Amino acid sequence: MTETPNLVVFTPERLEKVNKIVARYPEGRQKSALLPVLHVAQEQWGWLSSEVMDYVAGILSIEPVEVYEVASFYTMYHLDPVGKHVIEYCRTGPCCLMGGEDVYGYLKQRLGIQVGQTTPDGLFTLKEVECLAACGWGPVFQIREKYYMNLTNQKVDEIISDLSI
Amino acid sequence: MAKKILTEYINVPGIETFDAYRKQGGYTAAEKALKTMTPDEVVEEAKKSGVRGRGGAGFPMGMKWGFLAKPEGVPRYLVCNADESEPGTFKDHYLMKSIPHLLIEGMIIGSYALGAKKSFIYVRGELMYVIHILEKAIAEATAQGFLGKNILGTGYDLELVVQPGGGAYICGEETALLESLEGKRGNPRNKPPFPAVKGLYQSPTVVNNVESIANMPWIINNGSDAYAAIGIGRSTGTKLISASGHIQKPGVYEIELGVSVEEFLNSDEYCGGVRKGHHLKALVAGGSSVPILPANLIMKTANGEDRLMSYESLSDGGFATGTMLGSGGFIVFDETACIVRNTWNFARFYHHESCGQCSPCREGTGWMEKVLHRIEHGHGSMHDVDLLVDISKKIEGNTICPLGDAAAWPVASAIRHFRDEFIWHITNPYEASQPGAVYQGEMALV
Repeated sequence: MTETPNLVVFTPERLEKVNKIVARYPEGRQKSALLPVLHVAQEQWGWLSSEVMDYVAGILSIEPVEVYEVASFYTMYHLDPVGKHVIEYCRTGPCCLMGGEDVYGYLKQRLGIQVGQTTPDGLFTLKEVECLAACGWGPVFQIREKYYMNLTNQKVDEIISDLSI
Repeated sequence: MAKKILTEYINVPGIETFDAYRKQGGYTAAEKALKTMTPDEVVEEAKKSGVRGRGGAGFPMGMKWGFLAKPEGVPRYLVCNADESEPGTFKDHYLMKSIPHLLIEGMIIGSYALGAKKSFIYVRGELMYVIHILEKAIAEATAQGFLGKNILGTGYDLELVVQPGGGAYICGEETALLESLEGKRGNPRNKPPFPAVKGLYQSPTVVNNVESIANMPWIINNGSDAYAAIGIGRSTGTKLISASGHIQKPGVYEIELGVSVEEFLNSDEYCGGVRKGHHLKALVAGGSSVPILPANLIMKTANGEDRLMSYESLSDGGFATGTMLGSGGFIVFDETACIVRNTWNFARFYHHESCGQCSPCREGTGWMEKVLHRIEHGHGSMHDVDLLVDISKKIEGNTICPLGDAAAWPVASAIRHFRDEFIWHITNPYEASQPGAVYQGEMALV
């Protein structure tokens, strides 16, 4: 489980990335960088604490509330601490037609947690999301940037085992 | 084999690279447009091709380009809508990850036509791996002189920016997308003013779907007449169909508009038929928003004509007996699918995705979800069926963006065509709420 960092500063590599993002919008429109910069922040800290959001507000010269209202609107941003791997499974119709409900039920059983919970070892957090635009390859879940598709109970076992090392 | 415009080279090894794409004739259309055509001539070609918005609305793209205001000294923007989130739709995902240069070339042509110097591709944030693919392709195209300053020595400058979303279906609505691109919550704007007059940063803006833009290289290379000759009537060209659900071969297929639903569903070139040993019960032809149709009405119109995969044929009969082509999200249900459960699932989706600005949608979507949940779980009452229809009617047309309609139609159509199944759930609550229970009463299977 990632804790709130004491010192909120981007690593030099990430700061360079952030500066490049901010530079790509017209002058005075740096607020456009907010969503991408929040992704970079989440990549570094795992989730967005209020300290992290305040830091991002400072970088973009906007009010903290402008960051909070955005971070709380979009589903990809985690506003609470999460485990090392956040499993986000698609609960929408087409994935369910492909047997998603059974596979996700197995996933919960395998991890021993419900949606919104994190395993006691801090390895996995389980989230439910809406359509991931991979309906023909369902059931699907995503862990960070990677899509895991055509899931079966056996595949779930393999993925969890691989990530538990 | 049917004509392929977008996917002809999609299986060429390495086609995601500049060199492989170039070897297949890639970027010749961008060269042709920038070197031999005026921007207005490019717009004219888009208009004459008849290509319609492939994101779901089906509005003619060239006409949309024609509406763009061009005040002196004000920048103009082209924004590509790659926020593909409509349940059942995954074609743009497939196209962008497989052949990113096709979209980039289309963006160069479109941006040139509209006089945009900075253009954006707004991709749903979940597809971060696709964003990396696009960014790599943009770097290649820039290194080869197809993006950046003074492209191909023509004096035209273009910068292409890939913007990630943050996870919100509503950002597929063009004004919500623009709000999001400005770093705000994805709340749709009141219209007018339309984006063509005041869009991104209050400047004239065109927002087009990935697939719409990806048609431009072929149109420029082969001419609008050749494009318009493909398809049927006002449904010109080809369409990517995302096929999912109970079929033999789920995936993305490019069809010539006008192929019959029967051929698309059953031929080996496309879906390969319903799962072995099962029968077609219902079908959603254009993404979760469009009305669901029972097997008999999706195969034939109410007049007994073959139903075709075209804007006009799918909507034949209006909502009484027809549906829409929408985004081309083709979701197939066999007799094991429970319509009530699926309708509840879709209603939950729209409730979750409602931005909350307009009360009919904010309150109505949640109400419909609750009512459907209780019917599905054995606590419904007879009054609930008409209540759902009533709520859906009160949402439809009463919101500033189409999400309200999109939420209302699946519910209203499910009750219109499968009322008996809802009533069975209400009158047999114990049986119907068992896991996997499905209505076995009379219905038309194909």
